[in-house]
Amino acid sequence: MTYPVATIIFLALIGFVILLGFSAARWKAGDMNHIEEWGLGGRRFGTLISWFLIGGDIYTAYTFIAIPALMFGAGAIGFFALPYTIVCYPILYIVFPKLWRVAHKYGYITGPEFVRGRYGNKYLGLAIGITGIFATMPYIALQLIGMQTVIGALGMPGHLPLIIAFGVLAAFTYTSGLRAPAMIAIVKDLLIYVTVIAAIIVIPHELGGFGAIFAKIPPAKLLLATPPAGSTGLYTGYATLALGSAMALFLYPHSTTAILSASGPRVIRRNAVFLPAYSFLLGLLALMGFMAVASGVSSMPQFAAGFKQYGPSFAVPALVLNSFPAWFAGVAFAAIAIGALVPAAIMAIASANIFTRDIYTQFGTSSRPHTDTRVAKLFSIFMVVGALVFIMVIPNTYAVQLQLLGGMWIIQTFPAIVFSLFTRFFNGWALLVGWAIGIVSATWLVALNHFAGAIWAFHVFGITVPSYIALATVLVNSGVAAVLSLPLNAMASDRAGDETLAADYN
Amino acid sequence: MIRWLLAAVFVLALAVPFFNQAEPSLWGFPFFYWYQMIIVPVCALLTYVVFVVEDNKGDGK
Repeated sequence: MTYPVATIIFLALIGFVILLGFSAARWKAGDMNHIEEWGLGGRRFGTLISWFLIGGDIYTAYTFIAIPALMFGAGAIGFFALPYTIVCYPILYIVFPKLWRVAHKYGYITGPEFVRGRYGNKYLGLAIGITGIFATMPYIALQLIGMQTVIGALGMPGHLPLIIAFGVLAAFTYTSGLRAPAMIAIVKDLLIYVTVIAAIIVIPHELGGFGAIFAKIPPAKLLLATPPAGSTGLYTGYATLALGSAMALFLYPHSTTAILSASGPRVIRRNAVFLPAYSFLLGLLALMGFMAVASGVSSMPQFAAGFKQYGPSFAVPALVLNSFPAWFAGVAFAAIAIGALVPAAIMAIASANIFTRDIYTQFGTSSRPHTDTRVAKLFSIFMVVGALVFIMVIPNTYAVQLQLLGGMWIIQTFPAIVFSLFTRFFNGWALLVGWAIGIVSATWLVALNHFAGAIWAFHVFGITVPSYIALATVLVNSGVAAVLSLPLNAMASDRAGDETLAADYN
Repeated sequence: MIRWLLAAVFVLALAVPFFNQAEPSLWGFPFFYWYQMIIVPVCALLTYVVFVVEDNKGDGK
């Protein structure tokens, strides 16, 4: 053990949350044989628990490692995380209380289920559901990578600690369902707040204040480059990245699950007010990337091996080890590792809900509620084990690339899920065609970027407009769906298939 | 329609050419950084106003 004190504190905290995970089954107890209890916590989380749960979903281990890493490596562009987590909340406020109401009335536990009910089209539901599962898989893998980075920083060898951690995760997810991450999220957030507040007090003090930190950042990284003539440059790149990411955020199955587990629409609207507290924290956290630059950790011999193995992702762990006493490094790393367990559990549960409700019961043998829950529980194990195998056999860079693609894919469900809460103008098949075109064009453009860049320089009326590919392609998707809906509605309207009522959306 | 207040959130957060500059700095933070951090509570406050007004009207239960 390279850091014995830090490792012991780290293990003790992880052990504590694991016990918490198993005991969570008895919290606000319900019949765990019912999928709404296992997979949605019985829809009875109030404002505070929802705040922790949605917060645990959005601000994950990967975020804590990757956003500062982006600031460390690329500079100002990494700060897009801030406008992203600002504009996502008006979207949450306007759109998702509506989804909650419909889902509650008809017993939907996933986004795709709502779409299927709205259009009476199980193939559209299948497309939306599969998109969710495929977008989630690399996301779980990235949580594992986040955890791997801190385990590696503590000097623990090999894959074994990771296998144990996620084996236990799969077990308590199986027994406790959504209650486990809800309970653990509380511990995670307390640790994260303590860590970040300590970091922004202690580290700038050591480095001579924020002015001194910013002074050490090269001017090219301090601000976005001014666009060249005839191009909107990084200005649109930055804004579209923020807006597109915000539009995609709550379409991820794990976000939808956390939202639908709230006890009512009012809880969701209140959280749109209170969740930005995390965004402020994220801004401070992002600045840890600059603190890492200013502290010069990347040229310290004791961290050379870490940077060689993990690249810029090692910036935060190295900064923590360099700036804090060992026991506190243990607390900070535990915060990051628990920040991996919470979203990974919710992601596994959300995918399992989709598999059960949108694939298994629709296309498999018709089944009874208890069998459904069994299927969901088993599928959650499959998701965790799959992610574990994935990062052990495939290089980490692939997981990052697939996560990039995942964002491009999940946003293609925006027209079907979000527009359908406001209008029944669209035709289900038109939405399906739009979705397909969105998925193919987004994947194609990302491939042309060699799976490395999220931004593509589009040419519009003689001006170059670099934009987030996800945002541009979902516009195409929406346009196609709208144009095709006119003839399809005239020839073969699917409005009779709508099992919901106009009054459900008032 | 108090909800239109939420449009201000998008304008404030996405006006990149406006806030992509170093000056004026505050407590050592370049404008680009402190502006984006300050608008977090500002936008939350806007959302809160919308919430309170709608809640009193009994809208969107």
